[in-house]
Amino acid sequence: MLTLTHYLTLGAILMCLSVAGIFLNRKNIIILLMSIELMLLAANMNLVAFSRFIGNPDGQIFVFFILTVAAAEAAIGLAILVALYRNRQSINVADLDDLKG
Amino acid sequence: MLIQEIIFYAFSIIMIVAATLVISVRNPVYSVLYLILTFFSAAALWILLGAEFLAIILVLVYVGAVMVLFLFVLMMLNVDLSRVNEGFVKNLPLGLLVAAIMLAEILVVLWYKGRTGIEDFPIPEPLSADYSNTAEIGQRLFTQYLWPFELAGIVLLVAIVAAIALTMRKREGVKTQSIPKQVQADKRDRVKLIDMPVEGVEDK
Repeated sequence: MLTLTHYLTLGAILMCLSVAGIFLNRKNIIILLMSIELMLLAANMNLVAFSRFIGNPDGQIFVFFILTVAAAEAAIGLAILVALYRNRQSINVADLDDLKG
Repeated sequence: MLIQEIIFYAFSIIMIVAATLVISVRNPVYSVLYLILTFFSAAALWILLGAEFLAIILVLVYVGAVMVLFLFVLMMLNVDLSRVNEGFVKNLPLGLLVAAIMLAEILVVLWYKGRTGIEDFPIPEPLSADYSNTAEIGQRLFTQYLWPFELAGIVLLVAIVAAIALTMRKREGVKTQSIPKQVQADKRDRVKLIDMPVEGVEDK
């Protein structure tokens, strides 16, 4: 019997993996962006599961909008990354400390 | 019911292994490829949940566009892997500790809720054969959620403009067309009428 708890557990495992990814790869900004995508996927997984188990498709509409905003976020994040690389020849987070007092 | 459980566990295991590899492999290109595998498995699970439209959107938009954008940027930048990967081992214990604590907290709440008197959601009825997930979503998207839908379009437009504005640069010495200058051109700038004596005719 697949219950809601199974799907929520899967979402929780994904979320924790992406948090670990942010801790482990804090120098590499591309992996950081990918970890954020993974987090959004975990949240979307929960929303789809809730939508099915409550029987209300509104949850899937939320997922639709989250996917839209996540695509926009990824595009702008990568554009900032390209502009950064052009000016610094590096995408190492440790090099980006201009605002440090 | 059994086949559903087999599908769920198979794709869940693929998904978790792929997600683990996303955050642990050295080469970011492999990370992107494992992330694609994760998205595919998630799409399969969403189909199992009856959300076919979103599963196809996930494959088409996420794998087809966003992940290819990641790969494109990754291959365009010349990333120095030795510097980028430093600190992985140093951060390993702390990262795993925080992730394990988070997971333990969520799992305790999820799996012991029966003992706290909260009832689980009942298993939903199987969807009927003529149920159309896409029609259902379209129905809601274009009536109840029309205004947010239009706003989502504007968000995407702003993202396009922002991405182009951030990455466009002016290069020196490139010959390009200037539309305003072409439109403002006047015949006085181009043609000059001058008085000059007629040649070859005798003055009388």
